[in-house]
Amino acid sequence: MRDKLTVANKKFSSRLIVGTGKYKSMTECAKAIKLSGADIVTVAVRRVNISNKNKPLLMDYIDPKKITYLPNTAGCFTSEDALRTLRLAREIGGWKLVKLEVLGDKKNLFPDMIETLKSTEVLSKEGFKVMVYCNDDPLMAKRLENVGASAIMPLAAPIGSGLGILNKINIKIIRNQTKLPLIIDAGLGQASDATIAMELGCDGVLVNTAIAKAKKPFEMAQAFKNAVIAGRQSYLSGRIDKTLMGSPSSPIKGII
Amino acid sequence: MKKLKKIKIKVNGKIKTIVDKLTLHELINDLKIAITKVAIEFNKEIIDKKRIKKIKLKNKDVIEIVHFIGGG
Repeated sequence: MRDKLTVANKKFSSRLIVGTGKYKSMTECAKAIKLSGADIVTVAVRRVNISNKNKPLLMDYIDPKKITYLPNTAGCFTSEDALRTLRLAREIGGWKLVKLEVLGDKKNLFPDMIETLKSTEVLSKEGFKVMVYCNDDPLMAKRLENVGASAIMPLAAPIGSGLGILNKINIKIIRNQTKLPLIIDAGLGQASDATIAMELGCDGVLVNTAIAKAKKPFEMAQAFKNAVIAGRQSYLSGRIDKTLMGSPSSPIKGII
Repeated sequence: MKKLKKIKIKVNGKIKTIVDKLTLHELINDLKIAITKVAIEFNKEIIDKKRIKKIKLKNKDVIEIVHFIGGG
């Protein structure tokens, strides 16, 4: 498809963004990413293991020159931690396009939107292009946009829950109010959830657990790839109106 | 022969005993870490990697070396 995803003036051919966590091995992760067709992957910033240097390195399996690394602040619970993480990520090699995620609750992993809003403002002023994980609240989405977010990334459901899109109405309202890229982040469970997101008018979806923890991750990676393409095409094609009455598909004239 | 003075620093949360007058650059090399794939925080301050040759390590310095790993 020629229709590309644009985030912070950069163009990407796939509207599916995938996470690189929870895979059994780096080899499995790299193969699933290839099959998903994604050209953006989320990555985490963590301490180098200085006692075991033989651990496989992400960069040896997924080439950052070919696939865009999207540093993520997963696991941060304060603005301070999130800012520290992303400033370090930038220092690794100039990454400015980042994903901000400030969590507020250890059990449901819902975002702390006060800390998230604060961090978005600071990071945008520092020149970061911030894609922001947020709840599905249209008012908060607007506030994020006002402080300089580069993409709005509302959750479908709690991270890793596989529940699918819980509040389609809110996603639709956010879609109608913003021209920023709208990307569903977290909570998808199966390929059709991605199609629904795209049919709601989202610009993309981010998936990790649903692929990494599927019984057959490679097949699921392909399923999500196709589901995103199908949903986008369906959205652009203009669906028919819903009606409570039947309407025959064959002409009435000429019935014998 | 004069015995080299030893100092204690903290690297990624672990106490490490090293010889005095080592630079941050030498430490990274000793740890066999590919500098292009990491970011370094020195006493809570993010360090421009071009500067690490100039930084001499002192007792109780705290160093964090991070890189990208798989994540969601």
